Amino acid sequence: MTITARTTTETAPHHSSLRYAARDVVTLARRNLLALIRVPTALVFMVIQPVMFVLLFRYIFQALGAFTHGNYVNFLVPGILVQTTIFGAVGTAIGLAEDLQRGLIERFKALPMARMAVLAGRTLADSLRNVIVLVIITGVGFLVGFRPHGGFFDYIAACLVMLLFAYCLSWGFAFVGLAAPNSETAQAMTFPLIFPLTFASTIFIPLMDLPSWLQGFANNQPVSETTTAVRALMTGTPAGNSIWVSLLWSIGLVAVLAPLAVNQFRKIA
Amino acid sequence: MSEFSVEATDIVRTFNDGDFRALDGVSLQVPTGQVFGLLGPNGSGKTTMVRILSTVLAPTEGRAIVAGYDVVKQPGQVRRSIGLAGQFAAVDENLTGFENLRMVGFLNHMERSRAITRSRQLLVDFGLADFAHKLTSTYSGGMRRRLDLAAALVADPPILFLDEPTTGLDPQSRQDLWAIIEGLVEGGTTVLLTTQYLEEADRLCKQLVVLDHGKIIAEGTSSQLKSSLGNTVLVLTFASTGDAQQTLGLIADISAKPANVDGTIIELTVDKGPASAAEALRRIDSSEVVLAGLQLREPSLDDVFLNLTGHKAEDDVVVVEEKLSRRARRKAEAKV
Repeated sequence: MTITARTTTETAPHHSSLRYAARDVVTLARRNLLALIRVPTALVFMVIQPVMFVLLFRYIFQALGAFTHGNYVNFLVPGILVQTTIFGAVGTAIGLAEDLQRGLIERFKALPMARMAVLAGRTLADSLRNVIVLVIITGVGFLVGFRPHGGFFDYIAACLVMLLFAYCLSWGFAFVGLAAPNSETAQAMTFPLIFPLTFASTIFIPLMDLPSWLQGFANNQPVSETTTAVRALMTGTPAGNSIWVSLLWSIGLVAVLAPLAVNQFRKIA
Repeated sequence: MSEFSVEATDIVRTFNDGDFRALDGVSLQVPTGQVFGLLGPNGSGKTTMVRILSTVLAPTEGRAIVAGYDVVKQPGQVRRSIGLAGQFAAVDENLTGFENLRMVGFLNHMERSRAITRSRQLLVDFGLADFAHKLTSTYSGGMRRRLDLAAALVADPPILFLDEPTTGLDPQSRQDLWAIIEGLVEGGTTVLLTTQYLEEADRLCKQLVVLDHGKIIAEGTSSQLKSSLGNTVLVLTFASTGDAQQTLGLIADISAKPANVDGTIIELTVDKGPASAAEALRRIDSSEVVLAGLQLREPSLDDVFLNLTGHKAEDDVVVVEEKLSRRARRKAEAKV
């Protein structure tokens, strides 16, 4: 005797509802945030790097007299904040690569949970981690003389612009994490992507101080747009249309990168 | 419940754009309420088969029905009916044992209170209650494996897939896990397990198939396979050739196959090793002959493969497995 597949596609209402998908995302985001508490050294090292950047660039660049456009601290700190949130995406790649390596992705794939929850839970948790890092770096910035001119809500708006941008970009790094053979390689693979984006930008020095051959790229890439937007909102420099351009980049990036990551998630086993 | 919990027909799975056929037309039927074994060496396709049946991987060709649902067309329903414990204990090291199980409960969409109660109970059942709130990074290999199996059981699924559940475990942990699996089957669970160990298949599985290079090369009950594959040999040693000759007359009818006498040693090929040995002992004990030694030589997986395929189990196939998927390497690295 043989059994045949049931022809009716009876779905238990509980399992297909959006409410359960949201719960799956929360469950996995919570799990990823717990790791931050359980292995606090990871967060510490994530914060140390930007703190060193703030201190080194602020004092060394100033001493060199390399910056001739006024107060360098106010120029630098918004840029470092953008850079730090983008660097957070490296954690997205490493985290997913580790889950894959440990067989957790396989376990998740055999569970009746929402398919996208693994990726959404990871990227969401990484965004929340970015919020913590933003608060800390802002504090350090204040200690070394950072004085934003904009109001409190402008500051919040600036944070939201960069958090959104980093979140959308992190889907690309989710793809990298799922495509890499292991977490070490995943980490190495992120550098060629992240360094040109952050250093060939207006994060550390103004566009006009960059070599002329680099200005074309630096002026038109999304990190510079986001940095200009964040800097404008925080310190009152001219925004131009950078806020809208940054938001458009965010939407465009997630529209392309999220399907790429989801497709990679489906493919791997 | 249907007669078969799992029914796979002509499953083919290729990798590297068809260059490598991990599974090459595998069909099997797993009767409900039994342990069914997939026996084979590394690279034979066991893990690929489990991944397909648990909806983790799509088959290239063929059809598989699990718990009455098609793994490709109704993966959601299949996932609600199965538990999977993969080849390497998939536990989150940054969570405690309890948190691991509760997370799986939530992801199975269980009510919060039920997920918590069930997690606590499983930790007790699996002897992990004292370690429930310790990070799993501090667990031993055996504890991780038990937690991994517990995670597969959180939603109390009727069908369980276990991919090499005891590979890498010490003998005591292996015995413990076997006892757990036997308990589950007594409770009505259907289990499909893969193993490289003939001993394990013999102990647990009512029926099994032997895979090699993605094809089934033998199938049947454990005893059917053993009698056709390798043979258990009862080896009796005596103090004198006279004793051996005298005993031969007493025990020759225990096996249908002729006994081989070499001086003071009798070799008798038997179907049921321990039972035949006990019977031989009983007969010898009631005679005046003194037995100097007794040994049961079980067929090994190597014997089986040599017998069936003409090559040893751990041959070049390991290399094929390495080529098969990056995952294999990844997992091997993760294990180190």
